[in-house]
This record gives sequence, C-alpha cells and structure tokens, in this order.
Amino acid sequence: MGVAEETLTLPGTVTTVADLVAHLAGLDQRHAAAFKDRETVRCAVNQEFADAMTVLRPGDEIAFFPPVTGG
Amino acid sequence: MARISVQTEDFDVGAEIARLTLGRTDIGGLGCFIGIVRDDKSQEMSGRSLGALTLEHYPAMTLRAIGRITGEAETRWSLLGCTVIHRVGRMLPGENIVLVLTAASHRQAALDATAFLIDWLKTKAPFWKREEFPNGEAVWVEAREADDTAAARWRE
Repeated sequence: MGVAEETLTLPGTVTTVADLVAHLAGLDQRHAAAFKDRETVRCAVNQEFADAMTVLRPGDEIAFFPPVTGG
Repeated sequence: MARISVQTEDFDVGAEIARLTLGRTDIGGLGCFIGIVRDDKSQEMSGRSLGALTLEHYPAMTLRAIGRITGEAETRWSLLGCTVIHRVGRMLPGENIVLVLTAASHRQAALDATAFLIDWLKTKAPFWKREEFPNGEAVWVEAREADDTAAARWRE
C-alpha cells in the first residue's frame, strides 16, 4: 500500500482478515494494487502471524507485508 | 531461556560462545550458524556485483516472532543454551547478518536445533532484504521456494 501506517474506521461487515483485504482492495487504486497478488501478501494481527480467517477486534494492529527474506 | 538480540552492530562469535558456556561443564556440544552477506555474481542479477544489503524489520513483532521460534526449538530439543542475534540496517558483502548458537549435552540436538532455527528464522521472522547495486539501483529480495521447502522439513 506504500504506507507504514494508517488508521481506518471499518464497516461492521468487516470481521475477519479476509473481509478487511476485500474492503481495502476496494478503497482505491493504491490499495487495489497492493492486494493484486493476494497469495503473496502475509498478515499479522497484533504482531502475531494471522491468516484469512483470523477474527478482528476494535483496536487491533494489522500488518500486511510480503513474504519474509531474513536470515 | 534464549538470548535474543536484534541490533545494527556486528556480533563477536567468540564472546557469544563464551557467554553461553561460561562456568558450565554440562555442555557436550555447540551448534553454530553464521549468515554472511554474499556477493553472488552467478545469481539471476546477471553478473552484477552487490554493493550493500539493507535488512528491514517490523520492530514491534520481531522479538516476539524470534521468541516463538526459539521457544519451539527448546520444546523440541533438550538445549542447555541458545543465542539468536539478527542484524538490521545496511551491511556490506562479507559482513555477518545472523548468528544462531545452540548448546546441548550431545551433538545431535545442537546440530538439529541450529538447522531448525535458521530454517524457521528465514521463513517466520519479519525481516526483509533490500539489495543495492553499484549503479544505485536497489531491489527487494524475493522469497525463495527453497527456503520454504527447508522450513517445511520441520513439521509444524
């Protein structure tokens, strides 16, 4: 998405990571581009790896990033 | 309890080994892996030499993720000590990137735990490499399938 951080108010229909990805991808071109290849996007919720079915709660810190390449 | 550090400065392997073994006589073997910035001209980057490598991470998550990985190693093997040091920031070819040290009564636990730790660090800790070339171009390193395969050897 090209940003380090953004704070969003989400519609009530967004309850999981998959819902959030669908919501973000529909926001604008910048977000849509970030999620173009969804299989390669990794997610963490509150600094723990998460998957599409992870349930979100108010105040959660959600991070999207590419596959890691450390070591 | 593992010693974990994420730092910009280099590490001293000898000092880290001494720290792990000081005053102990129950350790029968140490496992050690040191990752080094490699200038590999045979790679797909078509003969260009590497200028520098920058390691970025997700600071809020990094220590926690490494702690999970060392915790898993300590569950799987009887370790008498464990050290993981991962550098971040800009590094030149030949510099150290990562250190994994394990101490155990016998060699098999130390060697296996070391291989496990580096395999999982490469695929389950939030670090990203960016390569810089002498012409000023920079590219993010893509994840390698071989690393996923190596990590998958150790079932979840």
